[in-house]
Amino acid sequence: MSALPTNYLTPTGREEAWRFTPLKRIAGLHDPATSVADRISIALSGAVRPGFTINKVKSADIPAKSATDDAVIQRVRSGVAEVTHLEIGKEAIVAEPIILTRTPGNTSEFSRTVITAGAHSKATVIVENSGNATLGEEIEIRLEAGSNLTFVTLQEWSDTTIHLGRHHAIVGRDATFNSITVTVGGSLVRLLPTVEYSDQGGSAELLGLYFATDGQHLEHRVHVEHGIPNAKSRVTYKGVLAGDQARTVWIGDVFIRKNAEGTDTYELNKNLLLTDGARADSVPNLEIETGEIVGAGHASTTGRFDDEQLFYLMSRGIPMADARRLVIRGFFTEIINKIGNEVIEERLMSRIDGQLAKVGA
Amino acid sequence: MSQLVIKDLQVGVETEAGMTEILRGVDLTINSGEVHAIMGPNGSGKSTLAYSIAGHPKYTITGGTVTLDGVDVLEMSVDERAKAGLFLAMQYPVEVPGVSVANFLRTAATALRGEAPKVRTWVGEVKEAMSKLAMDPAFSERSVNEGFSGGEKKRHEILQMELLKPKIAILDETDSGLDVDALRIVSEGVNRVKAEQNLGIMLITHYTRILRYIKPDFVHVFAGGKIVEEGGPELADRLEEKGYAQYVKA
Ligand SMILES: Nc1ncnc2c1ncn2[C@@H]1O[C@H](COP(=O)(O)OP(=O)(O)OP(=O)(O)O)[C@@H](O)[C@H]1O
Ligand SMILES: [Mg+2]
Repeated sequence: MSALPTNYLTPTGREEAWRFTPLKRIAGLHDPATSVADRISIALSGAVRPGFTINKVKSADIPAKSATDDAVIQRVRSGVAEVTHLEIGKEAIVAEPIILTRTPGNTSEFSRTVITAGAHSKATVIVENSGNATLGEEIEIRLEAGSNLTFVTLQEWSDTTIHLGRHHAIVGRDATFNSITVTVGGSLVRLLPTVEYSDQGGSAELLGLYFATDGQHLEHRVHVEHGIPNAKSRVTYKGVLAGDQARTVWIGDVFIRKNAEGTDTYELNKNLLLTDGARADSVPNLEIETGEIVGAGHASTTGRFDDEQLFYLMSRGIPMADARRLVIRGFFTEIINKIGNEVIEERLMSRIDGQLAKVGA
Repeated sequence: MSQLVIKDLQVGVETEAGMTEILRGVDLTINSGEVHAIMGPNGSGKSTLAYSIAGHPKYTITGGTVTLDGVDVLEMSVDERAKAGLFLAMQYPVEVPGVSVANFLRTAATALRGEAPKVRTWVGEVKEAMSKLAMDPAFSERSVNEGFSGGEKKRHEILQMELLKPKIAILDETDSGLDVDALRIVSEGVNRVKAEQNLGIMLITHYTRILRYIKPDFVHVFAGGKIVEEGGPELADRLEEKGYAQYVKA
C-alpha cells in the first residue's frame, strides 16, 4: 500500500491514460465539479450460503490496499461512505457461483466493493451489470495464500450506460486468480482490469471479450504488475466490432520489475472488424527490467472475416448469416466456455447473435 | 437421375495486374452414377474448376455456363449450390476455430434437410458414419479441422459427404496425404455413397492408385485451363507412365 498521490489533476484528454477516451461522454465522472451520488447498488443474488459472508462496511474501515492514479477511481474512493465486502472464508470451498447483481439508480453513482478470498479457499464470483447506469466503481480483490478465485464481470448494459471501473486483484502466495471480463453493452465503458502480486508463486489469468456495435466505445486497459519473483500471468482478450463508429481500445501493460525473476507472462489481443467504419486500437506493452525470466511475450492481431471459413461453411449448405454467426461464436467460444455457467454462456451468445443481426453484419 | 453440365466455362482471378485467365473453355457433363477422373499437371486449373462450380468468391466467371438438371448453378449463392445437391471435398479443408464438428455437421444437415434432424437418430447416424471411416468419436468435440492431420481432414470431408448426401460430388485430391489403409477406407466411403445415392463424381487426382478403388468411367486430361484429352481407364495408366509432357507446351 502506498499513499495516494496528492496532486492528482482532472484529466484533460491529453494524458497517455486518457488519450483514447472521449471525455465528453463520461458525464463528468472524472471532474470534481460534478456531484455523484454514493449508493450501494450491488447485492447478492439469492441467499447467503455456508463458506462466505457479505457485509456493508464503513469505507474508512476498509481502505484500499492498492494504489491508483486514476482520477475517477480516486473520486470513487473519496466519495463512497460504505463498501460492500464479500468474504470467502478460510479454506471454504463454495461450489456454486456467488452472483452479485447490480441494480443501478437513476443518478450517477460511485461504488466500492472488496472481495476477500480467504487462505486456501476456492470460489467463483460473478458480477452482473445490466440496465442503464452512470457508474464509477472499484472492485478490489484480495487473494490470500493458496486461494483460488474465478472472477467474472458481465457488462450487459443498455446502450446508454457510462461505466468507468477498476477491477484490481492482489494475488497472494501461491494463489490463483482467473478472471473473465465480458463487455457487450454500454455507450462508453472504460475498465481497468489490473493485477499485482503480494507474494511469490501467484498465478493470474485475465480473459476478456468485448463486442462493440454502432457508436459504442469499449475500452479495456489491462495492467499486470510483476513486482515479485516467480509469478505467472496470461492475458487473452478478444473483440468483435461491427457497425458505424464502433470503437474499442485495448491496452496491455505488463511490467516485469527488476526483482521479478522467474516471471512467466504472455498476452494476446485479437480483434475482428466486421464492417467499415469500426476502429480497434490495440496496444500491447511489455516492459522487462530483468533478464532472469521464464518467458515473456505478446501478440496482437486485427483482421476481417475470414472468407475461406465462410465459404467452407456455406459450401455445406449453411446460409451466410448462420455461417457468420458460427464463426463469431467460434471466435468467442474459448473465453465464454470458461465462465462455467451454461445459462449465462447461452445468454451472452444470444445477445451477441442479436446484436449481429441488428447491424446486419 | 441428375446431370451436371459444364459448357465452355471460362474463369479468371483478379490480380494486381488485372484479370488473369485460368480456365479457358471447359466442357464436361457428369451424370448420376458416373465417375469422371480428372488428371493434369500442377497449376493447370483443376482446383479452380472445382471452386468455380462450388462458388468460391475469389474466382470470376468470365464466360460459359454450369447447370444442374437444367438449373443455372452460377446464379446460385454458395449455400444454394449445396442445397441443389453439389458437394466439394476440398484439397485443403479450412479450419474453423471454436466451432465443434458436431455443431457444424448438425447445422449443415439442418440447412440441407430444411429441418433439424431428430437428436436421437442423428447422433447414431453420425457415430455410425464416423466408425465406418475409422474416425475416433472424440473428433465430434474438436473444432472443425483445427489441428487435424492431412489424412484426418480428408476423412472428415468424406464424413460430411456421407451425411449430407449430395447428388454430384467433386473430390479435389481427396487421396493426397492418405496412407494405404486410409485410402482404402476413404474410397470405400465414396463407393458407399455412390451406391446409395447413385452419386455422380468428379475425381481430381494425380495418382492412379485411388482409381483402383474408385473405378472411373471416364478419364480427362486437364492442361492449360481446359480438357485436352478424354478416354477410358486405360488413359490413366498411360498418363502415369508417360506424364503430361505431350500436353504441355514447351
Ligand atoms: N488468387 C490467385 N492469383 C493469381 N493466380 C492464381 C490465384 N489463384 C489461382 N491462381 C493460379 O491459377 C492456376 C491454377 O491453379 P489451381 O489451384 O486451379 O491448379 P491445380 O490444377 O489445382 O494445381 P495442383 O495440382 O497443384 O492442385 C495456378 O497457376 C495458380 O497459381
Ligand atoms: Mg489443386
